Amino acid sequence: MGGLSACFILLIVLLLVADVMFTSPQEFASALRKPEIQAAFRLTILTCTIAAVLSLWVATPLGYLLSRFQFPGRRIVDTIVDIPIVLPPLVLGLSLLILFHQPFPFTQWLFPDNNWTLETWLREDVGFPITYRWPAVILAQFAVSCAFAVRTMRVTFDQINPRAEDVARTLGCTRSQAFMKVALPQAWRGMITAGTIAWARALGEFGPILVFAGATRFRTEVLSTTVFLELSVGQLDAAVAVSLLMVAMAIVVLLILRWIGAGLTS
Amino acid sequence: MIELSSVTIRIGDFQLKDLSFRINTGQYAVVMGKTGIGKTTILEAICGLRAVHSGRILINGVDVTRWTPADRNVGYMPQDLALFPSMTVREHIEFAMKVRSRPAKEMAERVTELASLLEITPLLNRRIKGLSGGESQRVALGRALSFRPGVLLLDEPLSALDEETRVTAQGLLKNLNKVTGVTILHVTHNQEEADALGDCCIWLTKEKSTGKVIMQKAGD
Repeated sequence: MGGLSACFILLIVLLLVADVMFTSPQEFASALRKPEIQAAFRLTILTCTIAAVLSLWVATPLGYLLSRFQFPGRRIVDTIVDIPIVLPPLVLGLSLLILFHQPFPFTQWLFPDNNWTLETWLREDVGFPITYRWPAVILAQFAVSCAFAVRTMRVTFDQINPRAEDVARTLGCTRSQAFMKVALPQAWRGMITAGTIAWARALGEFGPILVFAGATRFRTEVLSTTVFLELSVGQLDAAVAVSLLMVAMAIVVLLILRWIGAGLTS
Repeated sequence: MIELSSVTIRIGDFQLKDLSFRINTGQYAVVMGKTGIGKTTILEAICGLRAVHSGRILINGVDVTRWTPADRNVGYMPQDLALFPSMTVREHIEFAMKVRSRPAKEMAERVTELASLLEITPLLNRRIKGLSGGESQRVALGRALSFRPGVLLLDEPLSALDEETRVTAQGLLKNLNKVTGVTILHVTHNQEEADALGDCCIWLTKEKSTGKVIMQKAGD
């Protein structure tokens, strides 16, 4: 058993060592000096952060709802939340693309002379198109990272004694006040963990972004798509350099998670 | 005053049927009965955390059966105390008054008054973590009394205390009842505790033939 475990650890270490040995510090620095990679780095940080904040904003009340309340269709909601986790990434991207470009039956009835789609409405009436632009990157990242954040928040609220919220209600709180004043202050470590996991998931997202947002340099290119673009033009050293940058970012996120975990245990 | 009139509570297969009793204003009533017979369920129904299937619950003569827990003005101290881990002792006592947007001066006076009565003044700025069982129990009591409820429900409040602390806490509860005039309904397994505190005692027993929970009241 110990041998098997050691093999797995060794595999991961060897993967990282192989990446490091493939490139040199000079090649690494020169790749990161490329303006397109710097733009992808900035867009990655920005979109991952927005996707993580949005995920937390949605996941906190939804996790609380699933943890505390019995309501008709609860099991269905619980299952729907997990769909983005189990769905193949390319299918998720394709589904997003179809959602924004598919005329629905009711829209054909409402606008018979007009081939109404969500994307045309957003572009022509709202003035904020989504597909193949940076908002599509955020939406593709959010669709997956939010599912992970909901799971984390649900477990967090499962571990908090609901009796304290009951007592708060006898003290004069409404249900929402009990949530805000009693449950939420106890859930802050879980919120940091959920936000970190959502951010890390958004960083690793590739398939849905490629399909729904494309991989246009300086427009929708994030680090995961950079690796793909550099590989596709034979720039293996640049692809490895960006991969190592992503590994470093992932390690930072994991260290934050460990630190929070240690705080929770103590 | 607490009055239950033909109250039926259903939780899955468990049922408490046709419960009726009345506790007069300022009385200290003790509820006794075997584990799992439904003592806590009755307290939860009175404070609004458990819906009743039929019957009426009256607090100080007002039918509160369909009211939310927030509107009933009932102080509740659960068996596990359910203190708020993120708050200090002072914040616990201020909590209900802050929810009611009471003036800061009134809150400060009430905190001083209750802290003195419950002998927790040195603990006011401490967090809950690290408080002893007796200290935690007094904090929960202060929190439940802070908004001057007409009725106080205590669910085995002294069960976690050692003998010496228990006797002190009994004196404290009796004194609270005398000083504040609050009507108290106290759930306990301990006969000595019931004898020492109760003006009246409500016994819950299960009828062997039918399995129905019967209520008997002793004392006035």
